Amino acid sequence: MLEEGLAARVLERALSRGGDFAELFCEERQGFTLSIDESRVERPQSGSERGAGIRVIDGEVTRFAHVDGLAEEDLMGAADGLASALGGDATEPLPLKAAKPPELQEIEIDPTSVPAERKAEILRELDERARAAGAEVAQASASYSEGRRQVAIFNSEGLEAGDDRTRVRLGVQVVARKNGTVETGFETLGEHRGFELLDGDPARIADEAAKKALTLLGADPAPAGEMTVVVGGGFGGVLFHEMTGHGLEADAVQKGASVYAGKMGEKVAQPLLNAYDDGVMAHEWGTGAIDDEGTPCQKTAVIQEGELTSYLYDRLRARRDGTASTGNGRRASFRDLPIPRMTNTYIEPGDADPEAMISEVEKGFYAVSFGGGQVEPATGDFVFGVSEGYLIEGGKVTKPCRGATLIGNCLQALERIDAVGTDFEMKTGFCGKAGQTAPVGTGQGHVRIKGMTVGGTAV
Amino acid sequence: MSAADLEDAARRAVDAATSAGASDAEAWSEGSRSREVRVHAGEVESLTEASGRGVGIRAWIGTRTGYAYGTDLSESGLAELAEAAVGAARVADEDEHSAAPEPSAEPPEIDGLRDPAVAATETADVIDLAKRIERIALDRDKRVTGVEEVVYVDEDGDAAIATSRGVSGSFGSSVAYSFLQAMATEDSEVQTGLGFGVGRSPLSLDAEQIGSEAGDEAASMLGASKPQSRTCPVVLSERVTASFAGFIGGAVCADEVQRGRSPFADRLGDEIASAAYVLADDGIDPGGLASAPFDGEGTARERTPLIAEGKLLAYLHDGYTARRGGARSTGNAARSSYRSPPSVSPSNLMLEPGELTLEQLLERAGDGVFITDVAGLHSGVNPVTGRYSVGASGRTISGGELAEPLREFTIAGDLLGTLATVQAVGSETRWVPFGGSVKTAPMLVGEMAIGGA
Repeated sequence: MLEEGLAARVLERALSRGGDFAELFCEERQGFTLSIDESRVERPQSGSERGAGIRVIDGEVTRFAHVDGLAEEDLMGAADGLASALGGDATEPLPLKAAKPPELQEIEIDPTSVPAERKAEILRELDERARAAGAEVAQASASYSEGRRQVAIFNSEGLEAGDDRTRVRLGVQVVARKNGTVETGFETLGEHRGFELLDGDPARIADEAAKKALTLLGADPAPAGEMTVVVGGGFGGVLFHEMTGHGLEADAVQKGASVYAGKMGEKVAQPLLNAYDDGVMAHEWGTGAIDDEGTPCQKTAVIQEGELTSYLYDRLRARRDGTASTGNGRRASFRDLPIPRMTNTYIEPGDADPEAMISEVEKGFYAVSFGGGQVEPATGDFVFGVSEGYLIEGGKVTKPCRGATLIGNCLQALERIDAVGTDFEMKTGFCGKAGQTAPVGTGQGHVRIKGMTVGGTAV
Repeated sequence: MSAADLEDAARRAVDAATSAGASDAEAWSEGSRSREVRVHAGEVESLTEASGRGVGIRAWIGTRTGYAYGTDLSESGLAELAEAAVGAARVADEDEHSAAPEPSAEPPEIDGLRDPAVAATETADVIDLAKRIERIALDRDKRVTGVEEVVYVDEDGDAAIATSRGVSGSFGSSVAYSFLQAMATEDSEVQTGLGFGVGRSPLSLDAEQIGSEAGDEAASMLGASKPQSRTCPVVLSERVTASFAGFIGGAVCADEVQRGRSPFADRLGDEIASAAYVLADDGIDPGGLASAPFDGEGTARERTPLIAEGKLLAYLHDGYTARRGGARSTGNAARSSYRSPPSVSPSNLMLEPGELTLEQLLERAGDGVFITDVAGLHSGVNPVTGRYSVGASGRTISGGELAEPLREFTIAGDLLGTLATVQAVGSETRWVPFGGSVKTAPMLVGEMAIGGA
């Protein structure tokens, strides 16, 4: 993407008046999205951007500039601007040395090689399948998106690394109506993979979304109050992502803005709990070969037998703690600074039978899927919206419930996980932090939490 | 890039699209300079300076339309983009209501969209401002032990439009905002408080107000407990009423209404709210950050009353929904940037203030809950059904006065039910950047479901 000699000159210029570290992050991205709504294929959009971000770290201060395009004049101008704020002697960058090429995810079918008509055809299939699911289906809409991000990273410690990430995703929303009641169902399919992701029967997600909306038509208002909650597999992993994952990101920890600060090595959960952040899971949504600072992605055990074993680091925060980056320095684009972010986080399967986990509950709530969640890492208070939930009565899953939110405090809720199922599934999500959006994977099997607040309308 | 350069780029992009085979085309170009300062513990943590530019092209082939965007404004870059937009249009189905924007009424002149103080203020001065905000938060209460970070951002930019039907124009604007999260600690308990301010330049930000808000809120939340689950009167803070107005603003957008995905579908002229709730969309108020002479299709911005005397008065339209609904565009084609095509969205939402101060609202509530903040809106609010269930924090209202802090609970209900039970809107207004750009006030709602212990 960028000639090595130019990269070296930019780094040299950025450090021409001092600084401990300089980095040039170059990026080229292309994307294409397409939707279907009211059975009409619409909103075809294609985008292409290239640009670079340059940062200079001097002590604890990071100076950052970014430019659109990769023209030498713009890059050198940005490097000059950064250097002008410093007044010292030049720091000599180490010669660039290309890292051993990382192992990339195999992309069998480049999505850009597939005619757009084929993508439109898949959307039509989704639309037809959703509408065929029941007479009450009133609306269906679906979207297809493909994106390719190529990055090249050079730094003053001699690092030269690159990655090439292709992601494909389908999403479908179904609206069902009956006697004045309206309900919605949503489902997605996405991976760090080529168009082969959509081989087979991608339209099955339309059946699943329709089933959710139709089931909810017969739902009662969700209960309000504290009860035992069984969380379903897959996107239920957003629970761990919110409750714990964010609190392990080292930027929050170092500022004392995380309830997990100072808890390294301590028991934070029952011994049955093991959890990971894993950026190298094959083809998962949050997977990469390297992070956006050139550190190879890795699998990091964050909780082992209930004990807190690692935070998630980028370079800057790792340097502060005198440790190594865990490959979690991610950035939304060349316009953003890297910050510690999760990749794919999940709770490892346990030994409980999912059916038994429910049958042991006298009165509780079964949260099967979620719209998303939010946490305040400093206090540990979190919330997440349930998109499909049921009452558990006398050990049995009974009525579907609408409009529930789960709320709690992460330290208590994590400790109250008393069973982890043998099943396992990963799902895709988009995580927002400090104005940056990142693709992340979340996963788990069934998980049971003794005592959590369900916020419904049936008080 | 200057406004003139951007107008020129937009015109060249339209020409490139028609040369590439488009029957009609529209181009939107933007250029901006921005800076961001993050301060923590009295020191600069990061300092970002950036410039950006780009263009988005909508191309029509008859009634099929496609979009492409990019950052390369050279002749070859625009030609490539134009090809991509025309290629995208070929994939879309015919849509009889889709057409390129035509010139509209003369766009209004709005004073003060750009404050030259943004460009004139040295970075050292905005760093000082951010440090001062942090200091003020820390000094408010000895239990305020830290600030996660103070973020200051400003941006100064221009946008231009051109279409093959003769629309053309440009405007410049500036924005500055700052926010912080303060942390208060007592024993092992930590609570947080948010402070923020928005304006057209750093000179319009009040460090004292921003810092105090965060420090006071964090300290006031110490010792918070979980309320009992019940249904009771609630007073919503401006932050919460802003999010609530944003929820309504989304549901009155004509595209969702026409597609049957809004609780307001087929309700025009109906009684849908208490008479106390009066809301308008206003794209020309000089104080509103979303104000502009024209919208994302070059149509003049205007003021549209949405709810008054309890009735739903209007939907918000862009060109497409206006043609489809047999209405006229209200100038609500919004662009989040050149990276996305225009779509219907509120501009500035303005909640009409009432007569009562916050104290009087609390007094009228008697016993209930004051909601200072809500969380989990993106997953807890369903814009299709109108139902919501979100996390909340706040204070008990006891005997008409604020009492102990409350956290870790939910509020839940549905949009129409809540609108019907609004008893009064407060008299003290404020611009809040949540739920869009909203000028809002606190509000008393007769009853809402609280999910707690």
